[in-house]
Amino acid sequence: MSDPSVPEVLSVPEPVEGRAAVRPRRFGAWYIAEHRLLLMRAYGSTILATSIGNPLVYLFALGVGLASLVQAPLGDGRGGEVSYLAFVAPALLASAAVTVASEEFTYPVLSGFKWNPVFSGARSAPISSAQIADGVIIAVILRMVVTCAIYFGVMLLFGAVPSALGVLGILTATLTGLAVGVVIMAYTSTVTEDKGQMAIIQRFIVTPMFLFSGTFFPLEQLPGYLQWIGWISPLWHGNELGRVLAYGLAEPAWLTVVHVVYLLAITVVAWRAAQVIMTGRLDK
Amino acid sequence: MPAPVISASDLTKKYKEFAAVDGISFDVAPGESFGLLGPNGAGKSTTMRMLGAVSTRTGGDLSILGLDPDRYGPEIRSQLGVVPQADNLDQELRVRDNLIVYGRYFGIPRSVVAKRADELLEFAQLADRAKAKVDDLSGGMKRRLTIARALVNEPKILLLDEPTTGLDPQARHILWDRLFRLKEQGTTLVLTTHYMDEAEQLCDRLVVVDKGTIMAEGAPAELIRLHSSREVLEVRFGSDRNAVVAEQIAGLGDRVEVLPDRILIYSADGEAELGQLLRQGLEPITSLVRRSSLEDVFLRLTGRTLIE
Repeated sequence: MSDPSVPEVLSVPEPVEGRAAVRPRRFGAWYIAEHRLLLMRAYGSTILATSIGNPLVYLFALGVGLASLVQAPLGDGRGGEVSYLAFVAPALLASAAVTVASEEFTYPVLSGFKWNPVFSGARSAPISSAQIADGVIIAVILRMVVTCAIYFGVMLLFGAVPSALGVLGILTATLTGLAVGVVIMAYTSTVTEDKGQMAIIQRFIVTPMFLFSGTFFPLEQLPGYLQWIGWISPLWHGNELGRVLAYGLAEPAWLTVVHVVYLLAITVVAWRAAQVIMTGRLDK
Repeated sequence: MPAPVISASDLTKKYKEFAAVDGISFDVAPGESFGLLGPNGAGKSTTMRMLGAVSTRTGGDLSILGLDPDRYGPEIRSQLGVVPQADNLDQELRVRDNLIVYGRYFGIPRSVVAKRADELLEFAQLADRAKAKVDDLSGGMKRRLTIARALVNEPKILLLDEPTTGLDPQARHILWDRLFRLKEQGTTLVLTTHYMDEAEQLCDRLVVVDKGTIMAEGAPAELIRLHSSREVLEVRFGSDRNAVVAEQIAGLGDRVEVLPDRILIYSADGEAELGQLLRQGLEPITSLVRRSSLEDVFLRLTGRTLIE
């Protein structure tokens, strides 16, 4: 029997302050992205200079210089031919996004855990580890879009984009960079000690990927036993997608769908993995 | 007593088999200044991360501001200020930008957070450093900036993990003064420390923690009264003679404690014990009579010193 003078167990009040975190719960990832963009601004002039300088140098060297040596006909797949410049430009665009991704998802992420541990700081605020991962990724997406847009502008100046659909290459290139980037980020988030892993990623994964993903020559030119590198490489899928858009590279429709689905699938899986790994590391 | 703002009961954190925090229970009242005193590795920081709704408990109950951190982590954290053991300011940003970026994390509009940043820089005595790079600040300044950052959301509870470790005495006193002002304004403070003077200065009440468990709980003066004598006589005979001398004076005072570098004699009257010692023909190299401190409480409870 309960004593009537003593109140029943106090019902747990619905938190009055429950609304205190409405905005962080909703926009937390964006707040992190704001922070990351502010950090990028510190080297903003370098970003801008390389964003303009890179396409100028590459398009001139490859699209103009190397192109003068390329004698073999480059088919568009429908019997027509395209210039080497038109062939290589969409792939260079995708490579530019991958380059940004491999910069931004290596040392800056490692640093956020180790040398300038801003992630743990953010974690003490009403922001979840998954939102921290999201914010980092969102900021890099924005940087890739800007870089690709500038790159595309220079491609137009070189007359390297026959089709108006080519402008969508900004998005497919960004998606390619993202697919590669979130895989790198998921890995970087597991690194606790810097033993040169970042350099290894750059030299033994990213650089070979450029060379064996049908960037500078069609993948079919490689011996059959090496072509699988292209098939699993997000960059090959991104390159081909860019070519379909830029000059109407004729390939079966299902293959174009495969490019998009493959890139999206990698992005979704690795993005989720990055969230889980970050959570495991920050919520200890 | 008003409803506690923090209530922990049998709180446990295990990493695989190792229990970093092994069933601790305590309440913290609003406006109270509460301390966890213990050596490195006692489980203080782990406890703080659970109180900060970052680390998930593996056992027991925990309520912060009436909310369960498992479910209401963001809601709890939006009302907390956290000063971690190692500064995690953004060293690549300027001083004022650190406050603004952090304020944004709480969803505070830009215009509001800008004004608040200026007030906090005043409070932290860093107004003239607003544009400086964090890297160029002294250790004490970084610590004050971290505290300012923790206040950007006007928290109800401020969690401070070893707030003055590694600071010089002057920087510590400035920091204590700032914390004391917050306490006067009614902010609940929860701090960990392995400095007894800090605990005595700042804490209304504290728990002594060792190996993940609570050894004692009470106000600093009360703990000293309960677990130590009024005074302590410290004598040094040289590290090679301390142990030998200790045997000769075993009966002195309430209790004798031999440390590698000195002998502690606990007594209500330290001077009287020193007189007795001299009458026995023992001449210490140095002698000192002081009041008992929390250090002595800790030594009594665990058989070890706080800073090893």
